[in-house]
Amino acid sequence: MQSPGRRSVVDVAFQGTLRADPAAASRARTLTKLRLTDNAFRQITRAAAVGVLLILGGVIFSLFEGALPAFRAFGVNFLVQESWNPVTEKFGAFAPIYGTIMTSFIAMAIAVPLGLLIALFLTELCPLWLRRPIGIAIELLAGIPSIIYGIWGLFVFAPFLQQYVQPALIDIFGHVPVLSSLFAGPPYGIGVLTAGLILAIMVLPFITSVSRDVFEAVPPVLKEAAYGLGCTTWEVVRYVVLPYTRVGVIGGIMLGLGRALGETMAVTFVIGNAHRVSSSLIAPGTTISATIANEFTEAVGDLYTSSLIALGFLLFVITFIVLAAARYLLARIERRIG
Amino acid sequence: MDLYARRRLRNRIVMVLSYAATGVGLGWLALILGTLVFEGASGLSLKVFTEMTPPPGADGGLLNPIVGSLIMTAIAVAIGTPVGILAGTYMAEYGRYSKLAHVVRFINDILLSAPSIVIGLFVYELMVAPMGHFSGIAGAVALAVLVIPVVVRTTEDMLSLVPKELREAATALGMPLAYVIGKVSYRAARAGIITGILLAIARISGETAPILFTALNNQFFSTNLNAPMASLPAVIFQFALSPYHDWQKLAWTGALIITMAVLALSITARMLASSRKMS
Repeated sequence: MQSPGRRSVVDVAFQGTLRADPAAASRARTLTKLRLTDNAFRQITRAAAVGVLLILGGVIFSLFEGALPAFRAFGVNFLVQESWNPVTEKFGAFAPIYGTIMTSFIAMAIAVPLGLLIALFLTELCPLWLRRPIGIAIELLAGIPSIIYGIWGLFVFAPFLQQYVQPALIDIFGHVPVLSSLFAGPPYGIGVLTAGLILAIMVLPFITSVSRDVFEAVPPVLKEAAYGLGCTTWEVVRYVVLPYTRVGVIGGIMLGLGRALGETMAVTFVIGNAHRVSSSLIAPGTTISATIANEFTEAVGDLYTSSLIALGFLLFVITFIVLAAARYLLARIERRIG
Repeated sequence: MDLYARRRLRNRIVMVLSYAATGVGLGWLALILGTLVFEGASGLSLKVFTEMTPPPGADGGLLNPIVGSLIMTAIAVAIGTPVGILAGTYMAEYGRYSKLAHVVRFINDILLSAPSIVIGLFVYELMVAPMGHFSGIAGAVALAVLVIPVVVRTTEDMLSLVPKELREAATALGMPLAYVIGKVSYRAARAGIITGILLAIARISGETAPILFTALNNQFFSTNLNAPMASLPAVIFQFALSPYHDWQKLAWTGALIITMAVLALSITARMLASSRKMS
């Protein structure tokens, strides 16, 4: 591609001869106009691309600036302090951070095996004509807005858990040492466990579709060779497909994790919004995003608002790292396959 | 048990689990959609689209939030789409292998899945705090920020699929690159780019978190972009968490409307994309 604006030898020679010829002169004018348009369009598209970078820069800068008063007031203690008290203006992010990590952990513990099994079904077991419809149906789970998961979780799922599942969990684990503390307290229905389960459904399609895509990219020759040796389908998946696609699968998992960490509305409905750290999974808790969603518009006082923005800043930094790692891994496997 | 039987048993178990997992995934989708239809359909009537949100205990509809959502979505698409298409064009056509395109691609992918509540905080700091009040335009800008990465990504992908022979043929005729892009690449990739815009609309029409701190909500009918504006997701959030039965019922109806709209959009987008692939 020639660089724009630079006048080639041809142009100079051309301009020398065209002074005499009006037709040629008008053609030269047209060419100049075309070149200017071309250049302008290139600059405009370039500016738009830079604009994307500016958005990211703007997000980081504005959140950091907004969070600064809170960071100044609490320092590193902000990360480890549990109390969140608007009256005394003492704010610590430990409870929301803990809640975010716990709910995401529960979500991943369920969604990863489930997602991989569905991907396995779609690539190895499913009849060809059913693959597309089932794949689309699973991906539709990702299309449902998160507030729908929230309202469904609050009115349908939480009461169900409260009535049937949680009492059973308390009964079973109530007398087991260690585990009893995980299921201590009355069954509220809402809480960390419920939020984790809803998140699991929400991230499932991300894990499934990435895993399916990388599974499909395994060269058939490798799989056929393993089948030829007499491997069962499971053995082929375990010893050929998974090792080959490991990086991509981890990338997909990180992508799902990024979603789970930042998910807001669904969690806000079912987490219970209690600023405390409880060892029990069925107790109400809070997450970073749920705290912001619940309290931001009602926050009075600069320090309160700033503390909430500081939470947002933390969330963005955490998800940024996770998502960047996911993209890096996915890019690596793409390079290998592509 | 001999080795062979054990291997077969293990295989059988995993296969059964795999069927079960798929069943769970599909069942869950059916369960959610079923509940939505069951709870929301009974409240669906013409009134929903012609009357305002009611005070607790009274009859009413969802006219103001539906209009508010439509206005904000339209503005968000009007702002976000051109920026997204232009940026995608740069990355696919001008600087496909340049350092800038590489960085933008990476950042864009991160923005694509960044938590939307953070975008809400960003626009709050950017517009609401300096202006001193919540406004519909701030909500629209927050949504536009969510539109851009989706459109950038699909535009770039779709332009990259355009065969380079088409561009070479046009260039050989003496067309400058800008015209090649406008008259050849865009036309060849049109269906794909429209798919991207539809997906972006589907994505933002259910977004709640970024709207809460920007457009807030409004009990009354308002098309004033400089004032708080009602939107379907925000009203669902408020009504669902209220203790009033009729508000909760309206929330379900609103949820049904949003979900149907979003699913219709994403299925249309998919059909557009796949019909293009086949041809």
